[in-house]
Amino acid sequence: MLAIEARHLTKHYESHAAVQNVSFRVEAGQTLVLLGPSGCGKTTLLRMLNRLVEPDSGTVLINGQDVRSQPPELLRRGMGYVIQQVGLLPHYTVAENVAVVPQLLGHAPAAVAARTEELLRRLHLPPERFANQYPSQLSGGQQQRVGLARALAADPPIILLDEPFGALDPITRASIRREFRELPELRRKTMVLVTHDVTEAFELADQILLLDAGRVQQLGPPRELLLRPANDFVRRFFGAEQLALQLRALRLADVLCELPETDVFELASLTNSSNKPLSSTASIHDTLEKLSHTPVPASGEPTVWVQVAKSTVRPLTYATLMAAFGRAVRRLAEGG
Amino acid sequence: MTILTELFAFWQAQADKLGQQILQHIGLTAASLLAGVMVGVPLGLLLTRRPRLAPWVLGGAGVLQTIPSIALLGFLIPVMGIGPGPAIVALFLYSLLPIVRNTLAGVQGVDAAVVDAARGLGLTDGQVLRRVELPLALPVLLAGIRTAAVINVGVATLAAYVAAGGLGEFIFGGIALNNPAMILAGAVPAAVLALLFDGALAGLQHLRGRRLVWAGRALLLALPLLAGLYLLPRATSKLLAGFSPEFVGRADGLPGLRQLYGLNPASVVLAPALVYEAVRSGDVDLIDGYSTDGRIRAYDLRVLHDDRHAFPPYQAVPVVRRQTLQAHPELAPALARLAGQLSDSVMTELNYRVDIRHETPRAVAHDFLRRRGLWREPQPATGATIRLGSKIFGEQYILAEMYAALIKGYTNLQVEAKTGLGGTSICADALRTGAIDLYPEYTGTGLLVVLQPSAAVLDSLGPDPAAVLAYVRREYRRRYQLEWLAPLGFNNTYALLMRRQQAEQLGIRTVSELSKYLR
Repeated sequence: MLAIEARHLTKHYESHAAVQNVSFRVEAGQTLVLLGPSGCGKTTLLRMLNRLVEPDSGTVLINGQDVRSQPPELLRRGMGYVIQQVGLLPHYTVAENVAVVPQLLGHAPAAVAARTEELLRRLHLPPERFANQYPSQLSGGQQQRVGLARALAADPPIILLDEPFGALDPITRASIRREFRELPELRRKTMVLVTHDVTEAFELADQILLLDAGRVQQLGPPRELLLRPANDFVRRFFGAEQLALQLRALRLADVLCELPETDVFELASLTNSSNKPLSSTASIHDTLEKLSHTPVPASGEPTVWVQVAKSTVRPLTYATLMAAFGRAVRRLAEGG
Repeated sequence: MTILTELFAFWQAQADKLGQQILQHIGLTAASLLAGVMVGVPLGLLLTRRPRLAPWVLGGAGVLQTIPSIALLGFLIPVMGIGPGPAIVALFLYSLLPIVRNTLAGVQGVDAAVVDAARGLGLTDGQVLRRVELPLALPVLLAGIRTAAVINVGVATLAAYVAAGGLGEFIFGGIALNNPAMILAGAVPAAVLALLFDGALAGLQHLRGRRLVWAGRALLLALPLLAGLYLLPRATSKLLAGFSPEFVGRADGLPGLRQLYGLNPASVVLAPALVYEAVRSGDVDLIDGYSTDGRIRAYDLRVLHDDRHAFPPYQAVPVVRRQTLQAHPELAPALARLAGQLSDSVMTELNYRVDIRHETPRAVAHDFLRRRGLWREPQPATGATIRLGSKIFGEQYILAEMYAALIKGYTNLQVEAKTGLGGTSICADALRTGAIDLYPEYTGTGLLVVLQPSAAVLDSLGPDPAAVLAYVRREYRRRYQLEWLAPLGFNNTYALLMRRQQAEQLGIRTVSELSKYLR
């Protein structure tokens, strides 16, 4: 089911074209990442979805309904909104901040309190310690968690996030992003996330919309942008991190067909229990990681196993894996 | 130390008045502050939504702020008359700039991300304003109100000039009478009030979170209550008097009347320049003034006859250096031609032509001399130069012009005019040192301001014009070698004035009749 559809959105600020004729669709439960360099119009585009910015032309449909068919406040109460600077109300406690939208929606106080407590607990902010604190008493990471709890409080089906991890230091950022990814609360949500961080985009996106100077450069699943860039801008944009991204984007399933057909073994023949076989959905990156932790045997190369069928496994060494990876990248880039 | 003793004695003697003035002062400040908040805060909020208007509105409020407070009152009086109205409006206008500016700055100072997030969550514009912007702008907004409050406590002293009461009554009385204890009697409580307002608002400003919002609401409730202090009932009588601060304080002013006639009308204090306007417009019914003021004629006022001589005699007399008289014997006869020529009503008429009809003092003086047959064309000026002085008001200019014309017409002496000398002591000093040779002075002024005799001497002289003239003539001759010549005829003294029509209706011609009517 289609959750969000943007049609031919255009926005000018005086003579400067911030967004030019951008269209996209997001299926319910999917995550779209708006990616691009600073000033490319990605934030403007996001803010058109909840009418914090009104487009000069074009339409936005949420669940098939034009956003202009209802007052902007009502529209916004149905969508979570998280921004880089968090923007917690400094004169409200943590609990009051989280409860803002449910209260605006007129939910019963007891239900609001229970929901707030549940969310704080789930976001690792024990309510008995944090509920009555003020935002200024929290660290940056804690504030961002409260911001997220606030966006989720009324359980909106759609969440908009504008560089939600942008203000955090790299370590906090990675850990919060992991929590974020694993949050059951977010599994069912339709999300649109703005970032300029390529790794973040690849980690979270079902689809990436890459923008430059207000125009769509490419729209598609991450590996498509990576392997089949539509133009030079896309290629350059991923250039520096291309290899690292490919290692993450490609799965063992993508490279299995490049391995010699001969060495297939019975699963039962694996005697060493510490060398559990990998699933074929594991990324090349993770496989290399595992190889690097495998002890070097008395004779031959370090080897890991990948399960290819119910009862068969195949061996992988650095040499066979990298050779297959290289062939797979070339094959995929050529459109195979 | 003596001044402290005097101050406490004054407060003790005037405790009623002090209390009333403090309440009025708080009332004026709070009323204007309330108006400032009611108008300034919405205006400031409007500017946050229409930033293009901000330079215009702030510029306008800034211009208002630069108008000297006394001038602002002056602009308001023709429109609003006298009383608390113009005082509160003037104070309100002064409080606008800090309140509007701080409201705008406070709201603009709210973190843009907080406002953006609040909007993004679905708060309406009004909810963003009430729940986010206003509470977060409150400390800055309160700082603006605090500035306005301190300004207003200070400026509210000027309310005494427009009959709106307040602590300015003591201050201006003290200034007019050169009485430091009386000035302090008003200035000290005003300063304490300013500190109290400042301290209380500073306390509110430093509150945080929810308490701050409650404090803001409490302030909005407290201001009308404080403003209500102004409305507390005050003494009334059949006629309302408006007196200048000096008259209220001087022994030969209101206190003298009270003692001699038992006169005690309900009164307000206002600036000397405004009393005539106030009685004309009917804001008050009875004023103090000067018996030869041109406005008596212009505004059709009646001078109440001082039948028991409460006011000291202020006969106009030319005062001349003895040396000059001896060196130029022809001078005295020329000056003497004006002796006894000017009655109260004649002088009032001449003042009217200069002060109200704006004819030049010279034209009025020459016209008078011609009608009296005293005019002579100037003779060839061959002799020495006589330096002629005058104080800085119309009547003195007219007299100086008359003497100049007489000297030129009846002698060969030349005349140099040094008119517009600041005050009595400046004229007296100029005459003593020879910077001028003569100027017209009033017997009462010479007595009280220059000679300053003991209370016993004053008592012995009483209200008798001849006795006062004899005393100043004798003492001036002895101390300064200065001569008081023959009086001109009129007596420019304090007078009680009423609108002629009302005085006739009530059948009041004398101060005794007034006193009887009021009783």
